[in-house]
Amino acid sequence: MNAIDKTKPTEEKRSRYSAGVMEYRKMGYWQPDYEPKDTDVIAVFRITPQDGVDEIEASAAVAGESSTATWTVVWTDRLTACDKYRAKCYRVDPVPNGPGSWFAYIAYDLDLFENGSIANLSASIIGNVFGFKPLKALRLEDMRLPVAYIKTFDGPATGIVVERERLDKFGRPLLGATVKPKLGLSGRNYGRVVYEALKGGLDFTKDDENINSQQFMHWRDRFLYCMEAVNKAQAASGEIKGTYLNVTAGTMEEMYERAEFAKNLGSSIVMIDLIIGYTAIQSMAKWCRRNDMILHLHRAGHSTYTRQKNHGVSFRVITKWMRLAGVDHIHAGTVVGKLEGDPHTTKGYYDLCREDFVPQNLAHGIFFDQPWASTRKLMPVASGGIHAGQMHQLIDLLGEDVVLQFGGGTIGHPMGIQAGATANRVALEAMILARNEGRDLLGEGPEILKEAARHCMPLKQALETWKDVTFNYTSTDTPDFVPQATAAE
Amino acid sequence: MRLTQGAFSFLPDLTDEQIAKQVQYCIDKGWAVNIEFTDDPHPRNTYWELWGHPMFDVPDAAGVMFELNECRKAYKGRHYIRLSAFDATHTWESLRLSFLTDRPTEEPGFVLERQEIEGRSIRYTTRAYAANRPEGARY
Amino acid sequence: MDAVIDDPALATEAAPKVPDSIDLRAEFTASGLAEVFDQLDRELVGLVPVKRRLREIGALLLVDTARRRFGLEATSPTLHMSFTGNPGTGKTTVALRMAEILHRLGYVRKGHLVTVTRDDLVGQYIGHTAPKTKEILKKAMGGVLFIDEAYYLYRPENERDYGQEAIEILLQVMENQRDDLVVILAGYSDRMERFFTANPGFRSRVAHHVDFPDYSAGELDAIGARILDTMNYRMSREAEEAFKRYVELRMQQPHFANGRSIRNALDRARLRQANRLFNSDRPVTADDLVTITAEDILASRVFSGGIDSYPPLK
Repeated sequence: MNAIDKTKPTEEKRSRYSAGVMEYRKMGYWQPDYEPKDTDVIAVFRITPQDGVDEIEASAAVAGESSTATWTVVWTDRLTACDKYRAKCYRVDPVPNGPGSWFAYIAYDLDLFENGSIANLSASIIGNVFGFKPLKALRLEDMRLPVAYIKTFDGPATGIVVERERLDKFGRPLLGATVKPKLGLSGRNYGRVVYEALKGGLDFTKDDENINSQQFMHWRDRFLYCMEAVNKAQAASGEIKGTYLNVTAGTMEEMYERAEFAKNLGSSIVMIDLIIGYTAIQSMAKWCRRNDMILHLHRAGHSTYTRQKNHGVSFRVITKWMRLAGVDHIHAGTVVGKLEGDPHTTKGYYDLCREDFVPQNLAHGIFFDQPWASTRKLMPVASGGIHAGQMHQLIDLLGEDVVLQFGGGTIGHPMGIQAGATANRVALEAMILARNEGRDLLGEGPEILKEAARHCMPLKQALETWKDVTFNYTSTDTPDFVPQATAAE
Repeated sequence: MRLTQGAFSFLPDLTDEQIAKQVQYCIDKGWAVNIEFTDDPHPRNTYWELWGHPMFDVPDAAGVMFELNECRKAYKGRHYIRLSAFDATHTWESLRLSFLTDRPTEEPGFVLERQEIEGRSIRYTTRAYAANRPEGARY
Repeated sequence: MDAVIDDPALATEAAPKVPDSIDLRAEFTASGLAEVFDQLDRELVGLVPVKRRLREIGALLLVDTARRRFGLEATSPTLHMSFTGNPGTGKTTVALRMAEILHRLGYVRKGHLVTVTRDDLVGQYIGHTAPKTKEILKKAMGGVLFIDEAYYLYRPENERDYGQEAIEILLQVMENQRDDLVVILAGYSDRMERFFTANPGFRSRVAHHVDFPDYSAGELDAIGARILDTMNYRMSREAEEAFKRYVELRMQQPHFANGRSIRNALDRARLRQANRLFNSDRPVTADDLVTITAEDILASRVFSGGIDSYPPLK
């Protein structure tokens, strides 16, 4: 009797670990009965298997390849608590209206990840598996980050609340503009644009992602002239002003050198590009926290992997990673501007930046409840092809804790940069005033702008110049649960 | 020079009716409205003088307007007066809105002083012209 | 370039349209006043003259509103009131409904009631009174300020009394901010009368005087029955008889406070009932738990010539 009871499990074990190739689902990577623990990291992937590959097997393979498995059974598994380390795919749902693709939910034990390291988290979840041959395409849609893991990160260096306190600006979106043309201006000419825009009424100006230190402008020159412009505009208005000095460079050492120089000149903010990599971003975030600086992140390069629905990493995952990594500003879409952005999906990104608890909302592409455990808030930035005439839509869609960046919409004003900045600021203040008075922004927006333009000629001119500019294209990255076209007026 | 601190400085000065609507908006959000005044408008002058406590339990804007008028009786024309609204919600616990309601009759503005230091660096200091005179006698 | 570039063009507001006629009945229905009056009837026994006064005031305000729409009324009406009567005659409850009536007719914006006495308004040292009074006024703005026993604000025997400071601030706000606040001054009739004589400023600013009569014995019985009903108790027939006698006796005694005395008497009867049930040997039924018996009433000191009161009267 006893002998039989004992042999049974032994036999099973032997078959699981005997040499050779075995289906992933049989190796423990498919566990439909598994209930994820509160401390598990959960990922949901959109998988598109090759023709003839079973979706369960494909999903189990993703779980395996993103955790402990390799293509064949290895006996060294048995030297580890491998049941714990194995990622478990516990649910596979067909994508609504998406024949041939499935959402696979996979749970990862917290011990699989290094504390406070986006590099390690991403190397685990997206490191290897995206080139896996049995799949046509694979996309990381969303992740549930457990509080236990969130607490190993510092989060944003400054956060929305303290940023507002430092700038002494409350109750309205901040206004910015990217200096244009983005290439070719000398430091002296570049500073002129900064001065005009800030004096006209903007809070911030911004370097573009590829303004670093080229032949036409040495970075030190740019920093010196920009700070002259910032201080002069500050004295002219009595308001705090800033300019995002881009410290992106070829090496970490050079980035630190530029950031130190910016700090010594009295800048309140520095900027980096997403392409510097997760580790460099985390290093800069730590530097900013040590040095009381705000950290602006330009999401340069993200569309190479976030835009297509069937393959890559969704921007909501990048947003979560960046809030953990510790940046203070992130470009998160405009909906109405020139760049990709479905309104519901974009709303999801904004919530992930600003809320302390983001409930599951499939219509916004949010697959899981996401608690943030008081992690500081990340200020979203709306930038790219927006102008004063859209102010009501922008505030209605994006709320007030956002930086609205009108680059062309400031610098391209027919009466000059100051006039462009003033037009934007007046439109913004008039709209916030009206919203607080209980007026219906979407219904009365154009009327409110017209009223405001009665005492502001630059706004009148701006409304006239850009009245017909809209970008009406169907978005590619839309929620699967409520398909929507981009709703630009 | 027109000081542009606060949320509505680019608009024509607000009427009392407009101010009351903003105050009611804040009250309805559950925020405590606070009245502050100063004759030192330096952008880094965080701590303006408080006019009484933040008004935590005032349900109607008229209560705030009553105090604002009291403050004006004492300081109008010689000081800047602003209203700010404090939100005690967890993870915010700071101001949600701040705007000027009154300015001195004359606003002389600021001088920007430059001190040339090593390299080509410059140390900047912003100083209000009004601050040359003693507190209380500036405007 | 300065922040504000052009002069503000003044908005010309469209003149409100003058109607041909106004259906007062329809205005009354739309205002929801009927519900308030119904609620008053349900809440308060008797008080016929008070309820009549409230209906009159309601009608007056409706007509005022109508006149305004025809352009016949230029200034906002004075709405401050005095409620006089003995304790327990329903002044606070009526004030609550009054606030609601004013709110529904658009004479106050929020319709809340802030109830205060002298101690809430008057300070203890120099410089203490003005902030205290203003604090209360701010909280009451948009609603109704109910000052109970208002005559205590005025202490002629003490010439350094800080009450005078509160009175001055009150008068100023009652005059200048009629749109923001309605004040109801309340207290015993005779003392209020003396108070108004000594402070003519108040008398001239109070438009409506409402007198609250004492309840008759029959009304007090009915009040008792309502209180018990809301608490899910009832009296046995013998208890009802005993309670009638109790009320008659209690009314003759000093410190009788109408409805309030009835509520207190019933609270004590409930205490005695609980004690009686606890000390009895047999298990209690649901019926036992809701029934007040004659002995719960008759144990009162009122029947032996004392005053039934806890804590003991000063």
